[in-house]
Amino acid sequence: MSRYTSLTDDDLREMLAVIGASSIDELFDAIPAALRLGRPLDLPEGLSEQEVFAHLSAMAARNVSAEDEITFLGAGMYDHYVPALIDSILSRSEFLTPYTPYQPEISQGGLQVMFEYQTAISELTGLPVSNASLYEGPSAVGAAAYLAKLANGRRDVVVSRGVHPHSRATLATLAPGYGQSVVETPLTDGATDLAALEAAIGPDTTAVIVQQPNFLGAIEDLEPVVAAAKAVGALVVCSCDPLPLALLKTPGELGVDVAVGEGQSLGNRLDYGGPSFGFFAASQEHIRRMPGRIAGETRDVDGRRGFVLTLQTREQHIRREKATSNICTAQVLNALAGVIYLSWLGKRGAVELAELMARRADYARRALGAVPGVRALHEQPIAREFALALDASVEAVVERCAAEGVNAGYPLGREYPEYADGLLVAITEQRSRADIDRLADALGRAVAAESRTGSLAGSRA
Amino acid sequence: MTIATQTPQQREEILTIYERSRPGRRAFTPPALDVPDRPIDELIPARLRRAAPPELPEIAEPEIVRHYNGLSKRNFDLDSGFYPLGSCTMKHNPKLHERVAALPGNARLHPFQAPARAQGALELMWNLERALAEVSGLPHVSLQPSAGSHGELAGVLLTRAYHADRGDQRTLVLTPDTAHGTNPATVTMAGYEVVKVGTSPDGGVDLEDLRRKADDRVACLMLTNPNTLGLFDPNIEEIARVTHDAGATLYYDGANLNAVMGISRPGDMGFDIVHFNLHKSFTQPHGGGGPGAGPIAVSDRIEPYLMVPRITCAEGAGGGPPRFDLEDDRPKSIGRLRGFQGNYGVFVRSYAYICSLGAAGLREASEIAVLNANYLLALLRRPEIAPYLPLAYGERCMHEFVLSGAPMKRDLGIRTTDLAKRLLDFGYHPPTVYFPLLVEEALLVEPTETETRETLEEFAEAIGAILCEAAEDPAIAQNAPYSTPVRRLDEAAAARTPVVRQPRPT
Amino acid sequence: MAAADESYPADLRYHPEHDWVRADGDEHVFGITWYAQDALGEVVYYDPPQVGATITKDAPYGELESVKAVSDIFAPASGEVTAVNPAVNDRPEIVNEDPYGAGWLVRVRLSDPSELDDLMDEPAYRAYLAGL
Repeated sequence: MSRYTSLTDDDLREMLAVIGASSIDELFDAIPAALRLGRPLDLPEGLSEQEVFAHLSAMAARNVSAEDEITFLGAGMYDHYVPALIDSILSRSEFLTPYTPYQPEISQGGLQVMFEYQTAISELTGLPVSNASLYEGPSAVGAAAYLAKLANGRRDVVVSRGVHPHSRATLATLAPGYGQSVVETPLTDGATDLAALEAAIGPDTTAVIVQQPNFLGAIEDLEPVVAAAKAVGALVVCSCDPLPLALLKTPGELGVDVAVGEGQSLGNRLDYGGPSFGFFAASQEHIRRMPGRIAGETRDVDGRRGFVLTLQTREQHIRREKATSNICTAQVLNALAGVIYLSWLGKRGAVELAELMARRADYARRALGAVPGVRALHEQPIAREFALALDASVEAVVERCAAEGVNAGYPLGREYPEYADGLLVAITEQRSRADIDRLADALGRAVAAESRTGSLAGSRA
Repeated sequence: MTIATQTPQQREEILTIYERSRPGRRAFTPPALDVPDRPIDELIPARLRRAAPPELPEIAEPEIVRHYNGLSKRNFDLDSGFYPLGSCTMKHNPKLHERVAALPGNARLHPFQAPARAQGALELMWNLERALAEVSGLPHVSLQPSAGSHGELAGVLLTRAYHADRGDQRTLVLTPDTAHGTNPATVTMAGYEVVKVGTSPDGGVDLEDLRRKADDRVACLMLTNPNTLGLFDPNIEEIARVTHDAGATLYYDGANLNAVMGISRPGDMGFDIVHFNLHKSFTQPHGGGGPGAGPIAVSDRIEPYLMVPRITCAEGAGGGPPRFDLEDDRPKSIGRLRGFQGNYGVFVRSYAYICSLGAAGLREASEIAVLNANYLLALLRRPEIAPYLPLAYGERCMHEFVLSGAPMKRDLGIRTTDLAKRLLDFGYHPPTVYFPLLVEEALLVEPTETETRETLEEFAEAIGAILCEAAEDPAIAQNAPYSTPVRRLDEAAAARTPVVRQPRPT
Repeated sequence: MAAADESYPADLRYHPEHDWVRADGDEHVFGITWYAQDALGEVVYYDPPQVGATITKDAPYGELESVKAVSDIFAPASGEVTAVNPAVNDRPEIVNEDPYGAGWLVRVRLSDPSELDDLMDEPAYRAYLAGL
């Protein structure tokens, strides 16, 4: 018996008698002797709760988190302030511990949460139909490619290099199974090269995938992209950063077919990359091709308003091999955090937050661009993140700043050889002007030090 | 004289948060603007901006809290009562886990933080990998997949890469006809065609059917053992031999791992690829539909194709602590199936569980899970119950069992769904209904090891009471439930004319 | 919705996948039988073939969905679709209420009327159902 089980010796004896077995071992008779492990698992002994806590605390203390440094690291996940009411609501057992709502009569809380979440995502994206969440951003992009396959069955997925490297990698991993082939198109001046994109699009194109703002933080002009895709009958998929969507022209307004994205910024912690959630919204014509759970409104036998999982015939538990996805467990608790967050921000707050980030990002880009040896990598309009080019080894500069307690951002050279001198800097409402000024100071000294030591010799792109 | 009572909640028709919204109310106030107040038009041209703001709620904190608290009270949950959902392993979620997941070193750690400054996280993931390798008997682990079906997809894509690397074109994947729906859905997404393998009268894989179908077009056989009927397939070694002789890989759906931890290992049974559901055997709370995690463990021959990044461990310099790192340079890797490293918050909880239980505790968890299931099954064999809900296969079970409601339907006039709805009135979450498809009017029951015998006894009493009631008047169960926040819902209307969001204010 | 009472009209021909055929002028009409609509449950969605499409005997030509199931609809004979019943898209439950009348699914110009000889008449179909 452990602290989580209740079996006493008396219980065991009496239960075995009822079962008609002489020992627990006998209950495993169906397992052939050759397949019995026959030894204890080679794992440490169990610990008391306080010992486990001490062990986990010690491990966590060896991580440098956003609590320990001023961080400008973004590139897909962001250090936002998570309001306290989210912690308190999410810790309620009734949200934390139930399973997927297969018995709607006792799951109205969870189903209504899904309905409210779907509404919020629909409002943000301007598209009429949202599901109740997918795992996270890049796999949602992968799911959009599957919807395109179901819609038109064509082969080529044309994706801009402005899309997050992890999303592009996920597309490439899924493509052989989908029977698709991924075609990447380049950036120019920090944004999708429209001429190259148009040249890559043709009658074999199943979907065109772009990101807004793109990975380099640039707000792209998507109207010509949408026009080019529609001209050949391809779907348009836009992977979006949700908070700037409060300001930016919506995928719905642009005529995009499917909008997806990473939901972590909406009330979820960084958690070293997960769990968060992916959102997925589409135009009405695609409703029956949507992956994932969808909650719908209805009435009960007495006329009461209620909610159910609907359009379940799309899903694996009914449609099996012809399902729109294999997804079963999603990220419903994280989506709850998302809808609470959007309700907390509210109609005006969402706009104010986006405007604050845009103004701070603008200030940061100017201030940092004025530092000797640092310039903006592109001058495209930005919403909360932007790219700089450094006259010194970016990795070395970032290390120097880190030693001073400032995480300067993401070295672009890791995924973009064409931007080997690039640094991606992210702004949230947590990064004050004083923080930005401190980054400028640290960056300036780091670049100067690295230039003096010639660390960039021969490696400038 | 009776005094009518009605709580505020009962008086109100259910409102969505949008219906509680009033113009001008707010919860969030932004930090003061400490940078120049440039007009937005100058920063983001109007043609790139939306015509109108999103119609999000306008509501202050107290009302948000009341709203969601009110919704929570319309949910049944595991902390409130028995939840014997077969195939879902609804075991207790230890409360320590929320505390460790919330430690700032975990919760506020950015996934792109330099590995040198995330050593605690990488060590935790490394240790979890080693533990899962030991439990499964397969040495190479990836924690990346976000759920069981995500792990399944990884497994079939790994199989595809394995065959492609040998220049071997295979087109089929075999699954038993008792398989969970995620299996065939996954197969299609991985570009294969599903072929079903039959189940023999004793509930295991039909070996003759398997031998007939396992040819050189078959890439993989996907199984779970114990299977979805709750039975351990004693022929598993022969099944593995037949599959491997055909050149195919053998995939283990780990949904039923709770029956065999520390007792038998899928790697030793001959499986090449195993997925775990951390939200099943390893206590990650289900959250109403996620998050979970579906890590996989694979054999040596599959290892080269595992997703990146891989976690590496190098000896510490000069006798110091080991150095952990993330590595992408694996030329044969299939790549990645999601961003970053996976659902780390889930890993923290599962790791805490494994530390708490240790080797002996994990084994004991499976032993008690199997004991509890057999005890509940024995209780449901009493003469008032057994004739109406016979066991579909075999005589004993492992951690779960399947009853058939077909005699109940024929003799009492109530179906499995009616029994389930009436159980709601008794304060229970019903078992899984109508799965596996092979059993008519199926009821799949999995109590797990964290329930007391009293709970199981009371549940059996409730089943008995409902059957007795149905013999008198089947209409009671047919129109159940009565005491839940809503009664039976019109799902046909919801599917015919889907309303999937709050309509916009006109 | 009130589902129809069980019936199998004598003037129809029946396919083992529970579809019926009726002659109407120089065209034929297809639908699903009472047994099929009862097994499916309340129909919520019809995914029909295009007008002008060619359908093939014994092969699926569309789908019907209920809340809990999806079912292929099998062609009892081959030919070209000349009409799709718009009423089923407006009110899918009409298939349950009147499977042989207002719940018809497609009109077809047969390519090989001799295929109808393979189908069952009403007594044969009833016997077939009894054996299931």
